[in-house]
Amino acid sequence: MWIYEKKLQYPVKVSTCNPTLAKYLMEQYGGADGELAAALRYMNQRYTIPDKVIGLLNDIATEEFAHLEMIATMIYKLTKDATPQQLRDAGLAEHYVSHDSALFYNNAAGVPFTAAYIQAKGDPIADLYEDIAAEEKARATYQWIIDLSDDPDLNDSLRFLREREVVHSQRFREAVEMLKEDQNRKKVF
Amino acid sequence: MVKPLPKEYYTRLEEIQAADFVALELVLYLNTHPTDRQAIEQHNQFARHSRQLKQAFEVQFGPLQHGSPNPSQTVWTWGESPWPWQV
Repeated sequence: MWIYEKKLQYPVKVSTCNPTLAKYLMEQYGGADGELAAALRYMNQRYTIPDKVIGLLNDIATEEFAHLEMIATMIYKLTKDATPQQLRDAGLAEHYVSHDSALFYNNAAGVPFTAAYIQAKGDPIADLYEDIAAEEKARATYQWIIDLSDDPDLNDSLRFLREREVVHSQRFREAVEMLKEDQNRKKVF
Repeated sequence: MVKPLPKEYYTRLEEIQAADFVALELVLYLNTHPTDRQAIEQHNQFARHSRQLKQAFEVQFGPLQHGSPNPSQTVWTWGESPWPWQV
């Protein structure tokens, strides 16, 4: 089970109402390489991964939900004071007619989230390589959003999230090495 | 609407976020380096530090999670604003 903590993992400040930036951030909310995809992928893979790396998948999945909450906070703060006209100017007219200013699990192009974005192969090496790729894709997405963003407060939080992808990727790479070592040991004895 | 929060709310919360960040970073590291004694010690130190910070924060600003004592005997405060995305 989980216990909710009434705090963000890292502070989220935004400088101004900016629905265009919010639209870009939806890629990390409901996109293929976003935080929801990451959280659901690891949380589901952990049941059939070798015991040695269950804890890692469990804990990174849990942290991804904290990142999802940070992304949601960014989108919420960037759009909460926007007028319908401002949302339309930002390319969010279609979002507005369906959701008003509510959040939804869409990517930046408005495509709704699908479980088809993620995989659980049952093969530990295949799963962990997918996880490493997912972290690297999310890291790249954060970089592209930072490149487009002119909000210094938001960029501080985005840089934090980008660095977390680097750390997660590193831990998953170590998990692969742990499993490979085990496989080699079995062959020797 | 959320009433304005004192500056102290943010500084105390950031201390908690910093302590929890170190502890979590060590958790993930220890999951793949489970025999690093120095990291275990650091983890325990920051986990303790975080718990102390949270207890002090909750007395002043209300519970951070279920299981923490409700600061008032007459009003349940868990559901009160601010929620994390409102501050």
